[in-house]
Amino acid sequence: MLSLTVFLPLVAALLLLVPGVGPRAARWGWVLASVLELALVGVLWWRYETPADGSLAFDEQVPWIPGVDSSYHVGLDGLSLPLVAMTAVVFLACAVYSVRDPDRPRSRAALFLALETVCLGVFAAADLILFFVFFDLSIVGMYVVIAGWGHGDRARSALQFFLYTFLGSLALLAGFIGLYLAADPHTFDMLELARQDPFAGGGTVAAAVLGAILLGLAVKTPTVPFHTWLPPAHTDAPAVGSAVLAGVLLKLGTYGFVRLGMVLLPEAWRAWAWVVLVVGLVSVLWGALVALAQKDLKRMIAYTSVNHMGYVVLAVGAAGVVSSGTTEARSIAVSGAVTQMVSHGLVTAALFLIAGVFLDRSGTYEIDRFGGLAGPAPRTTGLFAVAAFASLGLPALSGFVAEFQIFTGSIAAVPWSVVGLLGILVVSRVLLWTLQRVFTGDLGPSSRGFTDVGGHELWAIAPLLVLSLVIGVAPRPLLDVVEPAARSVVGLLGG
Amino acid sequence: MQSMAMRPLAMLPEMLLFGGGLACLLGGSFTARRRQWRLRAVAALALLGCAVAAVLGSLVPGSAFEGAFVVDGVTTAGRVTVAVATLLVLLLAGDEVAGNDRESETYALVLFAATGALVLTGARDLLVLAVGFLLASLPVYALVGLRRTARGAEAALKTYLVGAIFGILMLLGVTLVYGLAGSTSYPDLAARLEGLPTVAVAAGVVLVVAGLAFEAGAVPAHFWVPDAAQGSTGLAAAFVTTVPKIGAVIALYRLLLALPDTLAWGLLVAVIATASMTLGNLAAFGQEDPRRLLGWSTVSQAGYLLVPVAVAGTSDLALPSMLLYLAAYAVTNIAAFAVTTALPDVRDLAGYAGLLRRRPGLAVALVVALLGLVGTPPTAVFVGKLTTATAAWDGGMPWLTVVVLGNSLVSLFYYLRWVAPALARADPASGLTATRPWSARTAQLGAAISVVVGLGAGLLWALVDVSVLP
Repeated sequence: MLSLTVFLPLVAALLLLVPGVGPRAARWGWVLASVLELALVGVLWWRYETPADGSLAFDEQVPWIPGVDSSYHVGLDGLSLPLVAMTAVVFLACAVYSVRDPDRPRSRAALFLALETVCLGVFAAADLILFFVFFDLSIVGMYVVIAGWGHGDRARSALQFFLYTFLGSLALLAGFIGLYLAADPHTFDMLELARQDPFAGGGTVAAAVLGAILLGLAVKTPTVPFHTWLPPAHTDAPAVGSAVLAGVLLKLGTYGFVRLGMVLLPEAWRAWAWVVLVVGLVSVLWGALVALAQKDLKRMIAYTSVNHMGYVVLAVGAAGVVSSGTTEARSIAVSGAVTQMVSHGLVTAALFLIAGVFLDRSGTYEIDRFGGLAGPAPRTTGLFAVAAFASLGLPALSGFVAEFQIFTGSIAAVPWSVVGLLGILVVSRVLLWTLQRVFTGDLGPSSRGFTDVGGHELWAIAPLLVLSLVIGVAPRPLLDVVEPAARSVVGLLGG
Repeated sequence: MQSMAMRPLAMLPEMLLFGGGLACLLGGSFTARRRQWRLRAVAALALLGCAVAAVLGSLVPGSAFEGAFVVDGVTTAGRVTVAVATLLVLLLAGDEVAGNDRESETYALVLFAATGALVLTGARDLLVLAVGFLLASLPVYALVGLRRTARGAEAALKTYLVGAIFGILMLLGVTLVYGLAGSTSYPDLAARLEGLPTVAVAAGVVLVVAGLAFEAGAVPAHFWVPDAAQGSTGLAAAFVTTVPKIGAVIALYRLLLALPDTLAWGLLVAVIATASMTLGNLAAFGQEDPRRLLGWSTVSQAGYLLVPVAVAGTSDLALPSMLLYLAAYAVTNIAAFAVTTALPDVRDLAGYAGLLRRRPGLAVALVVALLGLVGTPPTAVFVGKLTTATAAWDGGMPWLTVVVLGNSLVSLFYYLRWVAPALARADPASGLTATRPWSARTAQLGAAISVVVGLGAGLLWALVDVSVLP
């Protein structure tokens, strides 16, 4: 069942590549496959029951390279299921958004469907090598998206993206090899590694392995100071590419922090949690402040992503600062981190799709060239406003649920993480100011003749925001899934 | 005693290849130019027969020729890899060499050199090693020079000079070791070299290793590789950068196992490996000719291939990972060279602009092959690189793991310089109109095998018998 869910998009991609599939069939085929995929994920969610600690729901295992004890092993728990669902939603939104785009629809649909399989595979993987395979392929897929369908200086941005994130994935691989060799008997299986906890004694090797894994994930997330690949990649990627990159691919990094760092290396994580915490805080503040200075809409959104991912890193760092009596608080922080991943995925995907509308209508992302758009484009204004409010954490939207938990948990565990609240303040200023400059005031040069969002664009963007609203108003169904997993992770850290 | 027996049939695969080579050489004189494809069929049959004989031979492992040649799991894996790789190379001949006035000679030289690689694979005696070296290198000089162009001549001269120098050094090393140990047989070396002057032993071994470095195309004997890759025919380039490496790496592995623990021989190989990887990668950066770029890339790949040799005997993973990497590398490298022979008119990277549009099948093969050489999953080289990097760490050289991974990152840069124009939306370059069907299919076949082997690595891992006779 789970394997079917993971590989359904890939099968659809191969079907689309069969010669003779027309462009129209390709575009609608992509939508159909994404709807089916979402339905499958819905079934998974419906049948999901919280697995016992140290096991996974929908567990499937087939030996792959027995010589190094690596297997095709997939499964879900409260950390991965919400992200799998978010991935399916974001990819469906992209499919709908592209339904009228005439640019080589067949290969684009196939590429994105394959990318969807890869992303789902990372979240579902329970074997380090399998994780790495999907993780690495996500880079290749996104490289082709940017190089093939991007604009501007896309060749350069794509190359930078590939080299930079490949560095991260190789660091990750070095860490995996270290984990494998430390385990006795040697294994790449995540559950087995978590059971063995090979680095329970700490030591320099444990620190080096965690360092390599953290470096790999920090590049992917990205956190300051490894974030410089992100803005150019976003600026030159197509709208749907940006939506997937920010919505899903960044989560591969933050998800790894929890799944690899905290679960597989709890001792080392506790020892180095303060470093993670500080990196998170710096990302929060740096991302927010740099976003303030951006003139380009997409770069601005990209930097708010650095800021938002910073909250996640902050939370997982705080969760590792173990002291007695903070267990409950720290599990709230982890649960907030997972909620933030889901929330950011939905909201940022929406923001980038809206930015795509801007490029489509006026050929530019420059904030100063717009103004007074609320008149000619009321629907765009509404969508952007809701997305901005969700992003800055207004109550009743998903960002609030996430950030409230993150700060409640983090401040209780580490009081001085309150500094991070400044980030929320600055990002609010950034988003509100952008809202003002783009949508109110006199009509800017690029605002003239701006057609409002059309049918398929609305159908792509609005559901993302509706989901954000649903999570904001009724977070229980999501939290019921996330909280047991968060408690179990924090339990591993002890305290 | 069985080890003292002659058992000539144990070398049946080698004999089949050599016989096939002779048949091609003689038959060439009696076959009309347009019927020379028959000789290609003869060569293919000889290679198939070699592979079958190798598999059958694995049922009766043991040594032959009084222990000078050994048939074990490693020999079998090496033989099958060499045969399959040479078959793939032979497919390139379908359009590049067919009808050429040197067609039959090409087949003969390829088979002779492949025989040499096989002899290297099973050599358990320094004299047999020397014979293997000569048999593997002499045909290569001629093969490189077959295309009678200025570049081809230069490449042949360079290959010959470098090969001759390192061949002499190797013979000197063999003499030195024989003088010290009083034996050239591997099983005797460990005991007899123990306690002898370290410097003299080291000098002898280093010289032998240097000779094998020529065959492997590794630093410090790598100068001929980029020229040979650029100046010779695509078939010769694919062959000389693939098959001799297989024999040399396995021979080096056996040699290292046979040496006494008086010096850190593994470290010597690790240094060579590091130098090859790094130098090959850095030199590939600025190349505009895809063949020359691939030539440097094979120098760096030789470095990766030597990594498991460096931890021979200290990590259980060393041997299986080496065999897997050798097979993966052979298939992937040939696929990459096949792309260049499929497009004979394109001699620079910019000429690949718009390949995806004009020849999507070939473009996909190119991307799979090049990303495969980087070590991107799920290709075969990924599994090879993963396991060799693990073996290095396991064998007590974590720094070598870091070097492997770091160099993989560096290599990505120049492979992408080739991938990027191929995927670009640009108008197809003019040279893309003329393609050679055999080469194109070989490229696609190689890329497909690379992915299938990557996905089915576990099965291969289980199939390969990693026994090594001392």
